[in-house]
Amino acid sequence: MTVQQASPPFTIERDHALALLHQMLRIRRFEEKCVELYSATKIRGFVHLYIGEEAVAAGVMPALAADDAIVATYREHGQALARGLPMRAVMAEMYGRVEGCSRGRGGSMHLFDAAARFYGGNAIVGGGLPLAVGVALADRMRGLNRVTACFFGDGAAAEGVFHESLNLASLWQLPVLFLCENNLYAMGTALERAHARTDLAARAASYGLPSEAIDGMDVLAVEAATARAAAEVRAGGGPRFLEFRTYRFRAHSLYDPELYRDRDEVERWKARDPIALFAGALREQGLLDDEAMARLEDDVAAEIADAVAFAEAGALEPVEDLTRFVYSEERRP
Amino acid sequence: MTATLPATVKLTYREAMRAAIREALQRDERVFLMGEDVGRYGGCFAVSQGLLAEFGPERVRDTPLSEDTFVGAGIGAALAGMRPIVEIMTVNFSLLALDQIMNNAATLLHMSGGQFNVPLVIRMTTGAGRQLAAQHSHSLEGWFAHIPGLKILVPATLEDARGMLWPALQDPDPVLIFENGRLYTLEGELPAEPPPVDIAHAAVRRPGDDLTLITYGGTLGTALAAADRLAAEGIDAEVIDLRVLRPLDDATVLASVARTHRAVIVDEGWRSGGLSAEVSARIMEGAFYDLDAPVARVCSAEVPMPYPYHLEQAALPQPDTVAAAARALIGAAHG
Amino acid sequence: MAEFRMPSLGADMETGKLAQWLVKPGDRVARGDIVAVVETQKGAIDVEIFEGGVVQQILVPEGSEVPVGTPLALVDGAVPSASAPPVAAAPSLPGTPAPSAAASPAAVPAPAAPVPAAPRVRASPAARRLAAELAVDLATVRGTRLDGAVTLDDVRAAAAAKAPAPAPAPVPAAEDRAAAMRAAIAAAMSRSKREIPHYYLGTEIDLKRALDWLEAGNRKRPITERLLPAVLLLKAVALAVREVPETNGFWVDGAFRPSTPVHLGVAISLPHGGLVAPAIHDADGLSLDALMAALRDVVERARVGRLRSSEVTDPTITVTNLGEQGVGTVYGVIYPPQVALVGFGAVVERPWAVGGLLGVRPIVSATLSADHRASVGHRGARFLAAIDRLLQEPEKL
Repeated sequence: MTVQQASPPFTIERDHALALLHQMLRIRRFEEKCVELYSATKIRGFVHLYIGEEAVAAGVMPALAADDAIVATYREHGQALARGLPMRAVMAEMYGRVEGCSRGRGGSMHLFDAAARFYGGNAIVGGGLPLAVGVALADRMRGLNRVTACFFGDGAAAEGVFHESLNLASLWQLPVLFLCENNLYAMGTALERAHARTDLAARAASYGLPSEAIDGMDVLAVEAATARAAAEVRAGGGPRFLEFRTYRFRAHSLYDPELYRDRDEVERWKARDPIALFAGALREQGLLDDEAMARLEDDVAAEIADAVAFAEAGALEPVEDLTRFVYSEERRP
Repeated sequence: MTATLPATVKLTYREAMRAAIREALQRDERVFLMGEDVGRYGGCFAVSQGLLAEFGPERVRDTPLSEDTFVGAGIGAALAGMRPIVEIMTVNFSLLALDQIMNNAATLLHMSGGQFNVPLVIRMTTGAGRQLAAQHSHSLEGWFAHIPGLKILVPATLEDARGMLWPALQDPDPVLIFENGRLYTLEGELPAEPPPVDIAHAAVRRPGDDLTLITYGGTLGTALAAADRLAAEGIDAEVIDLRVLRPLDDATVLASVARTHRAVIVDEGWRSGGLSAEVSARIMEGAFYDLDAPVARVCSAEVPMPYPYHLEQAALPQPDTVAAAARALIGAAHG
Repeated sequence: MAEFRMPSLGADMETGKLAQWLVKPGDRVARGDIVAVVETQKGAIDVEIFEGGVVQQILVPEGSEVPVGTPLALVDGAVPSASAPPVAAAPSLPGTPAPSAAASPAAVPAPAAPVPAAPRVRASPAARRLAAELAVDLATVRGTRLDGAVTLDDVRAAAAAKAPAPAPAPVPAAEDRAAAMRAAIAAAMSRSKREIPHYYLGTEIDLKRALDWLEAGNRKRPITERLLPAVLLLKAVALAVREVPETNGFWVDGAFRPSTPVHLGVAISLPHGGLVAPAIHDADGLSLDALMAALRDVVERARVGRLRSSEVTDPTITVTNLGEQGVGTVYGVIYPPQVALVGFGAVVERPWAVGGLLGVRPIVSATLSADHRASVGHRGARFLAAIDRLLQEPEKL
């Protein structure tokens, strides 16, 4: 497998380019704010940061249609924001407020949005893959030409359910887009310490899925590969597998001593920061200047400030409602 | 005025279950059956025989041996608008899918703040008595009854085998149906147009005044046989079929115990931490001052189920052991 | 297993003289049995045991005077302890409506005094509940379950047998019956204070007209046929019950069951300090003469332990009259499952305003102890008012 890269010079409309950059910046600044809020004890629980991996979500989502489905991971703030979940609702969820996208019941790891067909952050590694297979099965049985995009990490590839799901989706030729965010670590366990064969795209291919590995730090490469694969899936070509090679710059969850990786390695990857990489390319193309960059940052800062204020003003679920949503409250047709 | 008796048909539990699946496939195009060997093979226990020919491979789907994934796929399909019936061969195999059942089916509605319900039915075989040894014979429905978000049904009669599936499919939340393997050959008459059954209440299968035998599933027959023996001795036992293990119908149990003042719980599951412990605790909580004797339990011996016939039978609740427990409760007052 | 110790029979009692043993080693005793007579500065008192079992050994011979708390006997093979702490408080004769000159109910001591811990009777929860309802002392019931526990049927059988007889002991039959009765009363009074939400109402009634009428009538009668003032009070109560039926009947199974007949329980203290409250059946329909005769009869028989068991269990309401002891006001304990008890104090001459003028009149304090589950204060007040009104027209009684 070769890693596909969009090699500059490239042609891109300025508005779209700035939109991609804006999306990555939203995710980055949102999470930086989350770190601050966590330190101030406004946010609790596990908070798995996506910083460093923004190009994946920001590149995937524009390639999907509004009625496609998303099955996300527990490191899904970026996936949720890029999919269009309102930042207010995501931040309120981080705060555990009723106005949160899961009424505060899920928290950082369980962001849901039915309207966006965002089937949730799943915190069992690999647990989302069978769901995606089933959602795709339903769409096909109902005659709906939709794609189900399923995110998971490199750690999931070690789970049996990964192999079962790829097999079943391929066997039944279901419209699933398997999106592996390979950040090289399953928590603290490096890929090569857990897998006899580290080329995940090659292993996926063994189930008969067309598979490719993409530079996950290059938002344009991500977008292009996803658009291509989604079109093939939509055309009835069965499932596809994309492995995005990326890296998380911060700890597994907020803070850890990072005993499992070299500081040099982190610095090498940071040199390929997807935001800096893309911003630099846009500047070279003359599509971005300081003023435009400042405007983007201001926009993002204002949106985050608004989201924090919204979450701060949010309500807590009354304790009397503790046992709601264990069973459905009304029968659905 | 003449009354016409409703037409009845003679059938087995297996056939009743098949008729229920068939009816569901006919009535609702969102319904499909999925599992290992449900299609060409006709079902491991021949429940789905003939359905592939009638409904085709889209709606009667053979799956690979990957319980976690095909159960998860059932959850996903339910999330996205279908009404899947997922069959797992035996409750022991369902442990391979426990992650999907517990971490997704039971939690998604709650984690999503009420946005995503899972209208899924999972059927599986449970119970011992067919010399299938320690990986095909256990009664783990009590484990599943521990999990908030699930509903647990245990059809013990032909009526329930025929009638529980459709209301389960109408339920907006995941429903697990446990079919005791010994019951598949149970035979009897049912109305050709069977009346609907509820999936919320326990049923009094035999009224009585002296004590209450509380059971479900495969041991309903055991309890009824014990009640017959006791009747011959002048002890009038009431037999309650729980039918629904979650949510438990406390009211029926407590009302009976308030009358009889004595209860024996008969559970094919193990005693320690099992469903019988739960029922016993609820009686203690809700009917303590009605009790005239300690609640008694007759459960399976705490061993992995052995293969030889005599040991397997010794491990299971039997009419004799149930009757003996009942007599001990009545004590010397009844000689 | 347990030591039977010299009880404290009054706050100021430090020692007691063991006057008589009513049991001997080998005898089986039940909780509540009278096992000894103890002489105190206030007189001889029957002493009950709170521990069931078999008397193993008598430690203190008759005639000995020992400090409160001294082990007197061993029951069920108990061994004497090195130091014997004194029994905490005086068992103030369970069942005796506590007299009090003060007007506050709070001053009434609880009838159940702290007692040495008894081994818990093995009984099913349902049997316990039924025993409480039927005022059956579980300690007197033999359990027939295989494990010896008392069941519902055992309690029903015991209740049906009426006299809850303890295991046979070589004591005179009359004493045996009396002991059993005492045990039942002790259990009933404890249960009453535990379970019945009592409320208390009191009023003072001018008895001048009633007593004048009585005196005038008695003058015309031979001494043996003279009426006591108590009869007027009893009749007034029996008739007032008809007006406020919530005071007459039983609280059973969580509900009030009113009684149409009025069986008036009359509290009678017994020679050794015990108490019974046998019924005068259909008291509301008896003439004053018949009521007087019934009262004499029942008092006489009570004092010799010849009450019929139905008389003990039948009362639908109880009257206690402690006037003879000079008590001002009575705050009684309801005898379950009854729902009311009327208490009368002494008739005393008091300054009393009548028609704007101060005079001296014979006044009696009448109190009602009532079960708040069966009646409310408003109805209780009406009941006392009716007694007052009835006593103002003695000729109609």
